[in-house]
Amino acid sequence: MNCYEAIDLMGDAIENRVPSESRTGFEEHLDECPACCTYFEQLQATVSALARLPRRSDSGVLTQDLLDAFRRSR
Amino acid sequence: MSDIESPFLAKLKDGDEAAFAGLVADLGPGLLDFARTFTSSTALAEDIVQETWLAVIRGLHAFEGRASLKTWIFSILVRRARTIAARDARLHARAAARAVEVEWEPGQGRRGLWDETPIPWSVEDPEAIHQSQEALLVLQAALDGLPEMQRQVVLLRDVEGLSAGEVCNILALSETNVRVILHRGRAKLRQALDRYMRDGATSDGPATSEIVGRVAARGIR
Repeated sequence: MNCYEAIDLMGDAIENRVPSESRTGFEEHLDECPACCTYFEQLQATVSALARLPRRSDSGVLTQDLLDAFRRSR
Repeated sequence: MSDIESPFLAKLKDGDEAAFAGLVADLGPGLLDFARTFTSSTALAEDIVQETWLAVIRGLHAFEGRASLKTWIFSILVRRARTIAARDARLHARAAARAVEVEWEPGQGRRGLWDETPIPWSVEDPEAIHQSQEALLVLQAALDGLPEMQRQVVLLRDVEGLSAGEVCNILALSETNVRVILHRGRAKLRQALDRYMRDGATSDGPATSEIVGRVAARGIR
């Protein structure tokens, strides 16, 4: 497997969904290619940081307008 | 699950106000962040979310639960946002830019994905980066700066945690497109974090402290 093929699989790999026929090749490539190994590690770190971004807005408060609309819809 | 409604959905249809308040509390912040990707105006983004909730209320009784409630509501937001955005002249240009965004397909080679060989960050565990408030601010600023579609796909997939299939449905994109757009978005975000980790400031952009100040001024909580 070359770097381009490995990079193509990284999205799947983050979710542990690399197709079984490519799994060994992918892992072997990461073992022998420090650049891809580093890149993959950093990509994983990026994705897990995204899942932890703080929320910026309140907008989770039910306004009277919406509550009235909800009541009327019954 | 065509005939089986979740107990939560049944409560909503039954007019359970606590359930509705719970839904708004749960999805409201994510919906507003997503609405912001369609417009630079906070007021317009808030209108889009409000219109979305009204449409949810109107459509609730006919909703059969084939898609998840969350996917259904985000799909409604996309339709509302596109309708409202179409009225907003500034957004026409953005929509046009959107059409030409997918430039490469998987397997076609993507030279330039990394301009330089990746160098390990000088931390023991890169995964621990999320413990740094500053790193999260840098990441948020980079996410805000992505092209519209990349920002939408990354937001739905990685921030909201929706599945690839759900993202395809919400944005009406093919699986291949979502895959490509997601990868490009993530690659740019990794690069932003990489710059921050390596020298704490970007060489060709504003200093990190400026970015952080700017983001903080927008009211991150």
